Amino acid sequence: MTHTVSPQVRLANEIALQFRGQDVDAAAAKIDRHIRDFWDPRMRADLLHRAETGVETMDPLVVAAVRLLRHQA
Amino acid sequence: MSLLKEPDFGTPLRPGAATVTVEVDGMPVSVPEGTSVMRAAATSGIEIPKLCATDNLEAFGSCRLCLVEIDGRRGTPASCTTPVAEGMKVRTQTPKLEKLRQGVMELYISDHPLDCLTCSANGDCELQDMSGVVGLRQVRYGAEGENHLELEADTSNPYFDFTPSKCISCSRCVRACGEVQGTFALTIEGRGFESQVSAGGMSFMDSECVSCGACVQACPTATLQEKSVVELGMPTRSVVTTCAYCGVGCSFKAELRGDELVRMVPHKDGGANEGHSCVKGRFAFGYASHPDRVLSPMVREKITDEWRVVDWATAIAKVADGMREVQARYGVGAIGGITSSRTTNEEVYVVQKMVRAAFGNNNVDTCARVCHSPTGYGLKQTFGTSAGTQDFKSVAKADVIVVIGANPTDGHPVFASRMKRRLRAGAKLVVIDPRRIDLVRSPHIEAAHHLQLAPGSNVAVVNAMAHVVVTEGLVDQSFVDDRCEDFGEWAAFIARPENSPEATEVTSGVPAAELRAAARLYAGAGNAAIYYGLGVTEHSQGSTMVMGMANLAMATGNIGREGVGINPLRGQNNVQGSCDMGSFPHELPGYRHVSDDAVRGEFEDLWGRELMPEPGLRIPNMFDAAVDGTFRALFVHGEDIAQSDPNTKHVTSALEAMDLVVVQDLFVNETAKYAHVFLPGTSFLEKDGTFTNAERRINRVRPVMAPKTGKHEWEIVCEIAEAMGFEMSYTHPREIMDEIAALTPTFAGVSFDKLDKLGSIQWPCNDRAPDGTPTMHVDGFVRGKGRFVPTTFVPTEERSTRKYPLILTTGRILSQYNVGAQTRRTANIAWHPEDLLEIHPHDAEVRGIIDGDTVSLSSRVGATTLRATLSDRMPVGVVYTTFHHPVTGANVVTTENSDWATNCPEYKVTAVQVGLRSAVPALAD
Repeated sequence: MTHTVSPQVRLANEIALQFRGQDVDAAAAKIDRHIRDFWDPRMRADLLHRAETGVETMDPLVVAAVRLLRHQA
Repeated sequence: MSLLKEPDFGTPLRPGAATVTVEVDGMPVSVPEGTSVMRAAATSGIEIPKLCATDNLEAFGSCRLCLVEIDGRRGTPASCTTPVAEGMKVRTQTPKLEKLRQGVMELYISDHPLDCLTCSANGDCELQDMSGVVGLRQVRYGAEGENHLELEADTSNPYFDFTPSKCISCSRCVRACGEVQGTFALTIEGRGFESQVSAGGMSFMDSECVSCGACVQACPTATLQEKSVVELGMPTRSVVTTCAYCGVGCSFKAELRGDELVRMVPHKDGGANEGHSCVKGRFAFGYASHPDRVLSPMVREKITDEWRVVDWATAIAKVADGMREVQARYGVGAIGGITSSRTTNEEVYVVQKMVRAAFGNNNVDTCARVCHSPTGYGLKQTFGTSAGTQDFKSVAKADVIVVIGANPTDGHPVFASRMKRRLRAGAKLVVIDPRRIDLVRSPHIEAAHHLQLAPGSNVAVVNAMAHVVVTEGLVDQSFVDDRCEDFGEWAAFIARPENSPEATEVTSGVPAAELRAAARLYAGAGNAAIYYGLGVTEHSQGSTMVMGMANLAMATGNIGREGVGINPLRGQNNVQGSCDMGSFPHELPGYRHVSDDAVRGEFEDLWGRELMPEPGLRIPNMFDAAVDGTFRALFVHGEDIAQSDPNTKHVTSALEAMDLVVVQDLFVNETAKYAHVFLPGTSFLEKDGTFTNAERRINRVRPVMAPKTGKHEWEIVCEIAEAMGFEMSYTHPREIMDEIAALTPTFAGVSFDKLDKLGSIQWPCNDRAPDGTPTMHVDGFVRGKGRFVPTTFVPTEERSTRKYPLILTTGRILSQYNVGAQTRRTANIAWHPEDLLEIHPHDAEVRGIIDGDTVSLSSRVGATTLRATLSDRMPVGVVYTTFHHPVTGANVVTTENSDWATNCPEYKVTAVQVGLRSAVPALAD
């Protein structure tokens, strides 16, 4: 995986790696839950913002989790 | 020996009910089978004279002073080596015994300096006491005969002297070194009259002695004596308190003359240590009175300015005003605080309360972030709470002991002594560590298996062990069925071929056959216990590994009774406590999430402030946000983040970017170089409160002197909060504990009064467990059912490359503690004057490095310089160093990689290059 500018994107991608191989919806729900449980709101906002701009490479599971995060935001 | 006399029953307690009744001097007494006559007598209040016996050592029977007469038996047997028998009638004082004892004492005294009045042990000498007890009135043998009075003293050890002319060859020191400490550095050399205590034929300093003090403690005379007693004189008062070094949490008697601390003596009633100690707790307390200590508050406008000493009011106002100013400009979330695992529970509690209530956010984190935060995450996911499952005593019931990523003989030496005692008694040992730690092979101990895995492959190895358990039918199915959930999904995952030992061997380097044998040993034991350290947690999959170990323990039924469990060996004295007290940004005290409205409501009602329902920033997030410009002020309580946290350049950049950095510490540490306010802290000798050790044991920390700074740390924190407009007032730390108990269900039954009554308490302590809980999850897990969690192995991104072909891993050494701020300011420096880079001879040879060369150690984030020492403890391709000296700056090279779940830094895996200093060009970056 390439290093990214945002620590949040990097960390989210690392979290996603732990759930690879699982059902996408279930994995996305776990990632979403984890991020909501442990991340400061500004970190979540940064992740959502970077997902919108699409500049940085995000794991597909992160993309799926971001959809859930945005829904909850 | 010790000033504060504790009862000494002469021989160790035997387990079991008191079923054997004997009569001692006409007094009936019932004791467990196997008890010595000496102990039975002591139990009934009758002290039999003794010199070579003490109740933390097995009976030896050499001094011939404890002779007794037993009805119906011939002769005068030694009471220490004679076990009781039902109906036995013992006489301890008869004319015959009196004559024999006087004869023995006469011989001892005839070869002992008659300098009692000027001896350093005067008043604290068992030989002196026994002379009186046996009624010695004359010594018929003159000093002109052959004797040992001219033997030279060995003063090589910085903390104690060995004066053989005063030795009575009772062997207590030799036996303490073996039985209690497990080092076997001492022996008796020679025979008969030539018998002498010897540190292996060399000076104590050059020997294998680890300076634990057990020999000094055991010595009945002044033969082994603390230098401080020789220099300062015998103490006059004693206070029972708790050591402030590692997470073992040893109980000590601080013995003083007036306000001067003379010595620290391990407390026999200490639940964690039971009278044992290590070189740090026993001797390395001099930092508390070191001239480097700062005792007055200091401020400055810019970090390039000189410090200016101010009064407390000025310093506190600057902190409060500065914090409010930053919030006014950048928002409520622009400030935060870091709690300290070196401070008391009460101090930690008020810091997190200040952040949550006075700062108005949840930007509070603790140094546990960089050590055991994965323990918190992993054990909560699987068992339901962040806690080691056992007490330390439990290890005595283990049949198989697995040590993973820990080096107990260096990091947790007093617990290591317990563990070694069990291993010498026959328990099997499995060590899982890239480095061949001392435990792998030490006197009378040899690991059955040393799985020398590649750094970063922990999860692969624990998965492979679980794979063996599941696929070879070694699961404890009834335990799993009754006590756990989600087993089926996990078992299907773990049985996959990629988790087999044969598949993981490629990654881990652990031979499949060896791993299978270790897994079978673990699963087939009656009781198997796992002990682990930072070699588990400080990885990109630290949390996954903790869950992997929990899975393994549940699958084999090794949870919920003595002798088993998952046991984190916590690094600092109060890591457990700082986590318990709500130091994490997502959890209130008692590990309850900030988003829980009901829990948060309880705190809001008592504190009178609305609290944020969202998690705050963790330490690495604070640094990122600081560099980003959204986090501008930080209160750092008793931590040196500029030295201890990874990627030093990033940390210092973050500190430099802040408008206000407040450091509270004993010394102007590396972090304080970036601070605007320095608040002097108190040493453990001045603190009043509690520490919680790795076995959840809450111990009292009692002040032995008034704060040298004029204020307790909890008072300072309260004053800052109040200056920021939040009322936070207590008259005594016991009130803080009362508040903790009122708000934290697992502490509901804890109070200073109960701690004073019971000595210590292991949480949970509440109505269901009023005296505490030594073993967790006995009838059910805290979360109800134990939960199996699939633990996919994901290799770290940190790989060796052509540019950085070696992997660096880090650890600690016995004589030093953490970043060395305390131990470097003691005589412990004699054992470890600098951090060294251990490098395999093969790796050294190809680089032209010889032992002692100064080398450059570089990674993709930085470079440092240190001396190399050749060692085959690591496999080829792995190098190792410690991080006790700021000049070395080991964390200059560690990277930003961290555990995926908790952000705990990946200290244990860094790709590096090593080269001769002159041969390695400076890195462009």
